Amino acid sequence: MNWLRPAVVGLAVRSKLAGIGEATRLFFQLIALAGATFGRLRLVVDQMFFIGNRSLSIISVSGLFVGFVLALQGYYTLQRYGSAEAVGLLVALSLVRELGPVVTALLFAGRAGTSLTAEIGLMKAGEQLVAMEMMAVDPVKRVLAPRFWGGIVAMPLLAAVFSAVGILGGWLVAVVMIGIDAGSFWSQMQGGVDVWADVGNGIVKSVVFGFTVTFIALLQGFGCKPTPEGVAQATTRTVVMASLSVLALDFVLTAMMFSI
Amino acid sequence: MSSPPVDSPVVSSVPLIELRNVTCGYGDRVILENVNLTVPRGKVVALMGTSGGGKTTVLRLIGRLLAPISGQVLFDGVDLATLDTDGLYAARRRMGMLFQFGALFTDLSVFDNVAYPLREHTSLDDSMIRDLVLMKLNAVGLRGARDLLPSQVSGGMARRVALARAIALDPELIMYDEPFAGLDPISMSVAATLIRDLNHALGVTSIVVSHDVDETFLIADQVVFLANGRIIAQGTPDDMRRSEDPLVQQFVGGQPDGPVRFHYPAVPLAEDFRMGGAAR
Repeated sequence: MNWLRPAVVGLAVRSKLAGIGEATRLFFQLIALAGATFGRLRLVVDQMFFIGNRSLSIISVSGLFVGFVLALQGYYTLQRYGSAEAVGLLVALSLVRELGPVVTALLFAGRAGTSLTAEIGLMKAGEQLVAMEMMAVDPVKRVLAPRFWGGIVAMPLLAAVFSAVGILGGWLVAVVMIGIDAGSFWSQMQGGVDVWADVGNGIVKSVVFGFTVTFIALLQGFGCKPTPEGVAQATTRTVVMASLSVLALDFVLTAMMFSI
Repeated sequence: MSSPPVDSPVVSSVPLIELRNVTCGYGDRVILENVNLTVPRGKVVALMGTSGGGKTTVLRLIGRLLAPISGQVLFDGVDLATLDTDGLYAARRRMGMLFQFGALFTDLSVFDNVAYPLREHTSLDDSMIRDLVLMKLNAVGLRGARDLLPSQVSGGMARRVALARAIALDPELIMYDEPFAGLDPISMSVAATLIRDLNHALGVTSIVVSHDVDETFLIADQVVFLANGRIIAQGTPDDMRRSEDPLVQQFVGGQPDGPVRFHYPAVPLAEDFRMGGAAR
């Protein structure tokens, strides 16, 4: 029962508190650097390209298949009640309110999050961040902040692409494959989706997920041990922590939005 | 908190670097204990000694990448501990550091690596930066390699690129962490000549951490031997060759056994090989 000794418990609590303190400090540093970061817009745009553009293919393909499946499952349920024409509305609401932001965030954590963690971790292992410090360049300002804000801007855009491609996939299955009337498909969607209550909720969610996933990825990379094992472990932690955080936050946000 | 004026004109009578009673370590492990060291301006000072003796730690203290447990580290007469972030960065702009493996930015070309500090700290236009970068690259013999990526150059070339980057802002102090490690004899000789020439041409102060006795003794004005966290000897290279300290003699002579043992402490050989007794 070594772990019950007060000294061991105390050390564990202290190191956890120190970790939380460092993470909080880094978070507020990144928030405070917003002005300076967007002052050098080129750096943010470069990161939006690296983080966002390179995730486009996986986001688009995933969105298409999710749209296919939603239309099939939706049609299967709705046709029992004679409401098969409402499948367009079901696909759109599911994507815009829920699956668009959540699945995009999960894919983003796997594709861009791991890449960010590994990049920062390897820069640390290769002494590039220390070299920057010695050149009087703040790595938080020059390396982390552009990636942080680039990720936050990229996430809602990727979620929008995911939802748009998903709706297209739903149309292909429902209208082209099953033969539901195209007019009903689009008009029910147009009439049932509210810009503020539905699209707005989805945008809020994807922005929050963008903050969460990008911050976790950068924190893990910046705090990792500068060894191959350290970088590998940090990359794994990014996926696990970011995915769980996204799912937990999704529940909280959904509950809050329903109460509104 | 305001910082002392580290950008003030140089006062030549004050040593550029001074360590006063510095004790430093990581966690419970003490690396340097009560070290006093003065680095005069314009000289090449070599820090030598066994691995883990605290040589690189001295460089990290001077760059304030590490804070001492006790004692003072003075740069141009100013205690680095009294500086805020802006003051510290102002001091670092007057230092250049060559890391053991170069620490080049792998996604930038040789040219962009050298241009990096200029772009970050000056508002010079592109043509001026181009000329300055090519001058620095020419000084290290790599003007023709400007378009290569770090992955396309050898280890020795990478260190020369890093040296060009370290001198980009014309620092007063250049710190070299193991500049000769892993280099072939030609690259080693080139590196040693470069350090000496840059010291003379730019009038900078240089601190070289090295294990290589021959090359280091050729270029150093002063040699400081560190062992077990303390300075055990210091003087000119000739003083070190004449030193009667057994550790210095072992190091300079490259003898396998002496105060520094070849074998890591272990149980007796007979016990490990189960000869005449119980083994673990």
